[in-house]
Parts: sequence; structure tokens; C-alpha cells
Amino acid sequence: MSGATVNRDLLLEVEQFVYREARMQDEHDYDGWEALWTDDALYWVPANGDAIDPTREMSIIFDNRSRIATRVKQLKTGKRHAQAPPSRTRRVVSNVELLDGAGDGGELVVGANFVLYESRERGVTLWAGRSTYRLRPTGDGLRMAYKKIELVNNDRAIFTLAFLI
Amino acid sequence: MSTVDATAGWDRLIEHDRVHGSLYTDPAIYEAELERIWYRTWVFVGHVSEVPEPNDYVVKSIGPQPVIMTRDKQGEIHLLLNRCTHRANLVCDAPRGNSSAFRCPYHGWTFSNTGRLLGYPFNSGYDGREAKRELGLGRVARIGIYEGFVFGSFAEEGPTLLEHLGAAREALDRLVALSPSGELDLSAGWLQHKVKANWKMLVENETDGYHPQFVHSSIFSVAQSGIGELYGEESTALSRDLGNGHTENDLRPEFRRIGQPLGWFGTTPDRVPDYVAQLEAAKGVEQARELLIDGSPHVMLFPNLFIAEIQLFVIQPLAVDETVQHVTAVQYKGAPDMNRRMLQQTIGSVGPAGFLLADDSEMYERNQRGVHARSPEWVVLKRGTHRERLDEDGHLVGDATDEVPQRAIWRHYRRLMEAGA
Repeated sequence: MSGATVNRDLLLEVEQFVYREARMQDEHDYDGWEALWTDDALYWVPANGDAIDPTREMSIIFDNRSRIATRVKQLKTGKRHAQAPPSRTRRVVSNVELLDGAGDGGELVVGANFVLYESRERGVTLWAGRSTYRLRPTGDGLRMAYKKIELVNNDRAIFTLAFLI
Repeated sequence: MSTVDATAGWDRLIEHDRVHGSLYTDPAIYEAELERIWYRTWVFVGHVSEVPEPNDYVVKSIGPQPVIMTRDKQGEIHLLLNRCTHRANLVCDAPRGNSSAFRCPYHGWTFSNTGRLLGYPFNSGYDGREAKRELGLGRVARIGIYEGFVFGSFAEEGPTLLEHLGAAREALDRLVALSPSGELDLSAGWLQHKVKANWKMLVENETDGYHPQFVHSSIFSVAQSGIGELYGEESTALSRDLGNGHTENDLRPEFRRIGQPLGWFGTTPDRVPDYVAQLEAAKGVEQARELLIDGSPHVMLFPNLFIAEIQLFVIQPLAVDETVQHVTAVQYKGAPDMNRRMLQQTIGSVGPAGFLLADDSEMYERNQRGVHARSPEWVVLKRGTHRERLDEDGHLVGDATDEVPQRAIWRHYRRLMEAGA
């Protein structure tokens, strides 16, 4: 999509959505975060590259909507030891781009990069990657139908990733 | 904590029902383990299905040592060290691929995938063909393959792979018996989950039947899982010492009592009809039913291969307090409906974000921090000492939650460490 055709209002709405999601994740607002998803959502963190087939190969996360709900419920038990106490995290999301679908009322494909600091008893872990979102306009604002997170180090050994990425 | 001098004797550190904390924290002990365990005994390296075609290769490891597993053009498997015999550069820089040869990027020395030195540029600089003869790639001294599982041993001599596996060989038989084709396909890729903990924390946890109800209560409660009860006070499941440091949580008594085919996998035959039909065709209806009731093994093969029903874990120590756990889904060759379910359940359960393993890993790391405390100095492994007994095969068994496996691991460990002194 060329820069000349960017709908500034739409881009602003998308950016605000992406920043809100990031804040909810950092502040462990599990219910708020879950409500951002559509009923047919897919939440995917591939491993060993970005272009793998998640139906045949191992991913770090490959959650359908029901598994997203399970993930949130587990966190909310307070006995998800890997997040009890929760990691303190802050992430910067930038390079937000509307990649496809702007203006036709359909789903928007959005790309963004992130850098994230996680602090736990173990120490500080730095995470980084690229997120691709499919955002669906609804009567109640945008909702996430799809989020894929390509960690830059997804082909190497990584520490536990139990906070919301 | 105070340190006990390991050279004073391993019996001072490892008693029948307790072990000294320094075994998890002392860098000198870790270095001794590399020599006496990781570079001596049989260690699982990879599976033949990871290199299915002639000239396929994949980079694997034995502890901190990178090992290239190759299949040559005749189909034979080799375990080579990734170190040019000239000036020690890495000859292989891709995690996997297909090539009959490895060319060192530094000076162009080229080795076949059997390890033989094929040649070097500007060879007038060397004194004839004799120079090549001794300069093939380093190799893991012995290679052993059982049911497609490739093991390596850096020791030129010692027990054979079958002697090492002993009674635990049956675990691999049971695993493969659930595949209608009789073969596994372990090519779904491995997650690599890093923890700041000593490798033995992981080995001990794999067949610890005492922890699931506590460490995993969060997921058991929200997913309405019955797994927790298998590891309860009333469970008829057994913990078992299979010899040579191999250990088991034998859940078959519970599954047989319940008598539900595929109950161990939390499903029913009508959900995977093609798989069940294939297994019945391969084994006969009666035997297929028995296999589907008994389920897949839960066995830790010392020192690094954990068969966890539908997952395989490989433990790789990198430092005294750093370990990587590699994990992949068990896939039966030619059974797509069952494989899809095993893959998706595996992705949900294990790895850095897994519903189960993220919490186990949190425990490993907290154990590692805890064991540095000055007092008490010992880790207590007494559970079930008063009720352990021999089964009909002469193996020591205990109740589901007993520490029979952990005591067995340490007995074998001590034997290996003393033998290397």
C-alpha cells in the first residue's frame, strides 16, 4: 500500500488498538485482552522460522479461540506458577503499517515490530519480533481475528514465555 | 552452602535417600559429569526420520557438543563432530540440509558426509596423500540405533546400547507398537526451551509422580483433566526403577482398571476412526484394543531421553546452571488423524509457553535458586522408602507418588561417577 493512500483516521484507529492491546498485556488485564479477540480467532507464535506449517510442525503457541480462553483461565487461577507472580513487562510497539485492506470495510492486515523487556526473579529477558494482525471492524470497534508473532530468535533456545506476547 | 569436596568420595554426597545440594551447583562436579556421563555413556542424539533421504543431515548434540547426524548415500547414519580437522572452524553452518559433503568456509577443506577428508585447495602445500589419511572429521566413537532412535557414545568401549537400555528397551517397543506402520516420524521440529537450572533437576522431575497435582493444578482445573488423579494417593499406578538410571511412571494399572481405549490420550476411538482401523488392521482387533487401553509409556531413559506418552523430550546440559529441553510431538508414520491431535495437544502442553512445561520450568529454576541456600544442605528423597518392593520382573517399584525413580537415578549416577574417578 503506497503512502499516498494511507487513510490517516484509519491508521490512527489501528495504532490506538495495537497500543491498547500492548498495554493490556503489560498490565495483565487478562479479561480485557481476551475481549479483543473475535470468536474465530487464531493466536500463533511459530518456531524454527516464520513460514512453517502449524498443522504439521511444532509452534511455540498455536491457539484457536477456545485455547486462548484456556490460556486466560489458567493465568487467572493464580496458580500458573510461571506467571505467579507475573512477569513485569513493558513493550514498545512501533513501525505500525497498514499492509492490506484499508478502506473497504473488511479486515485490515497490520504489521508492527516490538521490543519487550521482561523482568522476573531469573533476571531481565529481552524479547523482540514482528507481529502481524488481522483486525476486523465491528459495531464495537476493531477486534483481533488473528495475531502472529515472529520472534527474532524463534529458531533458538528461549526461556519460558508464559506472559502474553 | 558449605561445599563438600567431591574428591573425598561420592558416597559423601549421595546417600540412599538424600543427596547433597552441591551436586546441582558445583561447576567442578558438572565438568566431571561431562567426562564421566555425557562423554562416556549412551546418549540419545536423534531419530532416523530426521534424516529420511540419502545425504540428509541435521545438527544435533551430546550435551554441549554439537554433533552432525548424517545419512550417507548408502543410507547409513553417522555422527560427526562439527570441527574442521585443520584449524577447527565449523564445517557445517546450517541446522539441517542435504549434501554429500561439508566444505569448511575458512580454507576450503572438504569432508564427505561419512567424515572422510576429500581434499583441500592448493594441495601442493602438503606432502602427498598421506597427509589426508588421519584428518577425517572427529566422530562419536560408537553409534547404536534401536527402533530408529539413534544413540551415540564417545567411549570406544563399554556396555552395548542394548545392555545400556536393558529393561527400558521395552518403552521404545511400546511407543512404536502404537504406530500402525510400526514406524515413527519425528520430523515436526523441536522446540528449544532454556532454563537456568541444573540438568538433573529435569531428569528427576520427568518421572516425579508427586508434583503433578501441585505444579499443574492450574491447567488440570481449567481443562477438567483427569491426569492429576493418576498421580494421587489412591492411584494404582506405579513408580519404577528400570535399572541403569532408567525410570518409569507406569500408569497402565490405572488405564486397565478404567478399561477405556485411548482414555490415556483423553479421547475415544470414534474421534480417530482411521487411526484405530489402521491399528486394528496391523495388530488384530484384540491386540489393538489392549494397546489402546495401555497407552504410551512415561519413561525417562538416562541421561537425556524422556518419552512422555505423546511427546519426546531431550535434555541438553550447557552449564552447571543452564539446560535446554528440546521437545517434539510423537507422530506415527502414516496416521494423519491421530498425528494432528497429538501435534496440537503437544503444542498446547509443552515448550516455553506450554500449559504444563512452563510451570515445570519455573519449578526447575526455583529449585536451582533454592539449593544455593546454606541450610539445610541436603535434598530429601525418602518418599516411599518404607513401601518400595520388587515387582514380578524383579524391578523396584513404589506407589505412584513415591521417589523410587529419583533414588534410582542417583544410584546409577553415583556408579557412573565413581567408575570414572
